[in-house]
Amino acid sequence: MSPALPEGDAAPDDGALPASVAAGAGRRRFGVYVHVPFCTVRCGYCDFNTYTATELGGGASQASYADTALAEVRLARRVLADAGLPQRPVETVFVGGGTPTVLPSGDLVRLLAGVRDAWGLADDVEVTTEANPDSVTPESLAALAAGGFTRVSFGMQSAVGHVLATLDRTHDPRRVPDVVRWARDAGLKVSLDLIYGTPGESLDDWRTSLEAALATGVDHVSAYALVVEQGTRMAVQVRRGELPTPDPDDEAAKYELADELLAAAGLTWYEVSNWARTPDDRCRHNLGYWRGDDWWGVGPGAHSHVGGVRWWNVKHPRAYADRLGRGLSPAAGRELVSGDAADLERVMLGVRLAQGLPVAELPSSGRRAVAGLVADGLVDGRAALDRTDPRLRLTRRGRLLADAVVRALVA
Amino acid sequence: MSPIPSAAASSRIRPAATAPELLRNFCIIAHIDHGKSTLADRMLQLTGVVEARAMRAQYLDRMDIERERGITIKSQAVRMPWAVTGDDGATTAYALNMIDTPGHVDFTYEVSRSLAACEGAVLLVDAAQGIEAQTLANLYLALENDLQVIPVLNKIDLPAAQPEKYAEELATLIGGDPADCLRVSGKTGEGVEALLDRIVELVPAPVGVADAPARAMIFDSVYDTYRGVVTYVRVVDGSLNPRERISMMSTRATHELLEIGVISPEPVPTQGLGVGEVGYLITGVKDVRQSKVGDTVTNASKPAAAALGGYSDPKPMVFSGLYPIDGSDYPALRDALDKLKLNDAALNYEPETSVALGFGFRVGFLGLLHLEIVRERLEREFDLDLISTAPNVIYDVTLEDRTEVRVTNPSEFPGGKIREVREPVVKATILTPSEFIGSIMELCQSRRGDLLGMDYLSEERVEMRYTLPLAEIVFDFFDQLKSRTRGYASLDYEPTGDQSADLVKVDILLQGEQVDAFSAIVHKDKAYAYGVMMATKLKDLIPRQQFEVPIQAAIGSRVIARETIRAMRKDVLAKCYGGDITRKRKLLEKQKEGKKRMKTIGRVDVPQEAFIAALSSDQGGAKADKDAKKK
Repeated sequence: MSPALPEGDAAPDDGALPASVAAGAGRRRFGVYVHVPFCTVRCGYCDFNTYTATELGGGASQASYADTALAEVRLARRVLADAGLPQRPVETVFVGGGTPTVLPSGDLVRLLAGVRDAWGLADDVEVTTEANPDSVTPESLAALAAGGFTRVSFGMQSAVGHVLATLDRTHDPRRVPDVVRWARDAGLKVSLDLIYGTPGESLDDWRTSLEAALATGVDHVSAYALVVEQGTRMAVQVRRGELPTPDPDDEAAKYELADELLAAAGLTWYEVSNWARTPDDRCRHNLGYWRGDDWWGVGPGAHSHVGGVRWWNVKHPRAYADRLGRGLSPAAGRELVSGDAADLERVMLGVRLAQGLPVAELPSSGRRAVAGLVADGLVDGRAALDRTDPRLRLTRRGRLLADAVVRALVA
Repeated sequence: MSPIPSAAASSRIRPAATAPELLRNFCIIAHIDHGKSTLADRMLQLTGVVEARAMRAQYLDRMDIERERGITIKSQAVRMPWAVTGDDGATTAYALNMIDTPGHVDFTYEVSRSLAACEGAVLLVDAAQGIEAQTLANLYLALENDLQVIPVLNKIDLPAAQPEKYAEELATLIGGDPADCLRVSGKTGEGVEALLDRIVELVPAPVGVADAPARAMIFDSVYDTYRGVVTYVRVVDGSLNPRERISMMSTRATHELLEIGVISPEPVPTQGLGVGEVGYLITGVKDVRQSKVGDTVTNASKPAAAALGGYSDPKPMVFSGLYPIDGSDYPALRDALDKLKLNDAALNYEPETSVALGFGFRVGFLGLLHLEIVRERLEREFDLDLISTAPNVIYDVTLEDRTEVRVTNPSEFPGGKIREVREPVVKATILTPSEFIGSIMELCQSRRGDLLGMDYLSEERVEMRYTLPLAEIVFDFFDQLKSRTRGYASLDYEPTGDQSADLVKVDILLQGEQVDAFSAIVHKDKAYAYGVMMATKLKDLIPRQQFEVPIQAAIGSRVIARETIRAMRKDVLAKCYGGDITRKRKLLEKQKEGKKRMKTIGRVDVPQEAFIAALSSDQGGAKADKDAKKK
């Protein structure tokens, strides 16, 4: 979850949604995100909404969290029904954090059961949890699989000791192949998260991390450039000159290296920062974000999107627990996205996908910009000129300049 | 006996009824911060024209901008009574007219007209600093006009004052005994009475022909929102009377005199102005161009045969393009210039279009300070945000076919075969502590200067005289001079003509597109340095684009310097999940807005700030000038 909440309109206390959200609901898939706002250690680069055990208490403890979150699930079921949305089985569930696996597997399974009770799960439901390599055991992973989880995404970040140390990551990199094997043995699909551009990381360090990730045989990798976010300990260190400022050229070189090595190993990009072996290995939950599907975000600071309304919950776990305890919606603010803003979102999210954006769906100014983008080598010319299905698909260089492409398309 | 005349004595010095022998017309020549306005304040108090409770600091400096910068742009004249008791014990009342002169090099012509209205000049010098170059220049002007010069050292109350040392210096300059140099403190009032007595004693009374046709010289002209133009005159011959028609001798235009009077220190209407008197006229005209400094006023029905000498039109020496940062402010800028022009006969401008900067004006100024003042007034009084291009001078270009072109905007410098380019030159006077002579010679040499001569004012201080191209002074010279002399050197210059020079136009190209606002005319030997300087600067100022952007400096089609802004390689947020979407969209919306404020040269988006930064640092001269005045 992102740090500061956006500015928006006030959300009603009962969480009620306007009737407009029901329009076209049948064509949108429905997913559930559950945020688990706990970690054992707060990492210096992390600006997510998460807390260590000692930071919380008073009705917002780890022990009571699953029950609090389940109260929101029940509220969600009621709100969606009241808004006239048809009952749709949940196609994807994603438990993120924080570190969800600091909660006992039983709690995570109970949360999933609550979602099943509220809406039912699709037959081929995808249920993912994030996990730290040092917060799982073969037993805990087996318990998750038995409880309905189908996928796990490990925060590997790097295979290099000094890089992990700069990131405050506590796990032993040698443990990663083991946890991947345990998860697969339990019948779970596995993804590894990597971070590049950490201060002090060389191109060879990055190559080492990529090769280590591929050596585990995983079918899915996410790779993110480190962003030094305001308000983090790392931002302070960079400001003081204790750590170098990330260099975009270095990040670009590392992205290119990742794309080369992953592709060579049979993992192709399907989103700017995501690679999968086969279409079946892609994270369907995340694809929902980029395709404009509906999802309900459960938990403090979680964001939701249903039929053009985006809203976000109060950030602090205690405020969150307090509102649900009083029978109120935990939503802090929301916005109705329409017109130009909706066009911008559709382009901004759509261009991130390898499947591309149908050229016909671009605003007219965007269609005029396509030729220039092809000429600049940012957009794949063959896909854009396809007779039957012309699509705007980014080249590798275009992926690295995706924001510039978006600005050109919606100028 | 009070030096403020009694009622009986005052009756002999009523305006329009004062015998010329009871008049004393004088001005104060001083450097910017040598305390002229404070001394004037004391005189106003001692002569009783301003009561203590109505007093405010720098009473005569009307405009806020003058008061804040401590400089006087518009001269004024104040009539003050002063009684002197002679050796025989008889007391005589005199009317003193103090004519305030502008203190800056840009306003030399106005200074010369102010001086022409006087018979005497108080040479006021800071007793802690000694004379400065501009004061020296004005002193020479006063001596040329045969004015009686009264040397005065001010600020003797300062601990750092060295009156003996500087009295010697003044005596060297104007002759006479150092002991004759008066010592005053405008701050405490010490010595100011003695100075007023000295003015009565030494400044000659005006001489004119009372029954001749009227001739009065305009030495200042000020636009007032309520009254229209207020014209300040010194009557030389004859008299001017209320309700008569007057004629301006340069234009033959006639006007009715709606009001005539003296300033003391507020305007007081009078029955007219007689020989030797100084006062103001109001005719109802709305534009100072109809009442020009230096012109002669006469009686329309009984005109004088010949005008007084010395009239000339103000000539702009320095040009700069002024552009609103927000293009929609263009009409507001035009209106603001139209209004300023009412009060500034030297200001002239023409609409101009720049590919880079949009719609604006090419504005001509008397000099760099004039430019800065106009710019600041536009920004402050009219609330405009402006970009100004690097100041340039006028070039006269003769082509091979002998066609002549006058260039006021470097981007209009003709291409093709050029036979000759002429540029304005000035005579520059630099006063400096002698330890900096070497460094200044080096600077002047690098600016194509020719040493004319050098004189020691004292053992430690030297006057250096150079011929320099004005373009070199306009470009950063003052800044350099100050930094090489730790602020001690002072500079004055006056136009002396033009010279032929080996000048070329250097263009700056972004991705092959010429950026007109950055074109400059420079000496051939400096073209490379200018090109490298601009290319390097722009490389740092222009953000990276999606493509590589070459920055070239070129003379015609010949590239003399090149830098490259490398293509931006990464501009994408790596993570964009559910909780990032709103934040990310808002960021893109903001970037889109930001893009609207950029100027696009070819395909290159250049932020407004890059233009401002690239252009403003070129105006080092003007900026330093301004800072120096702000003290």
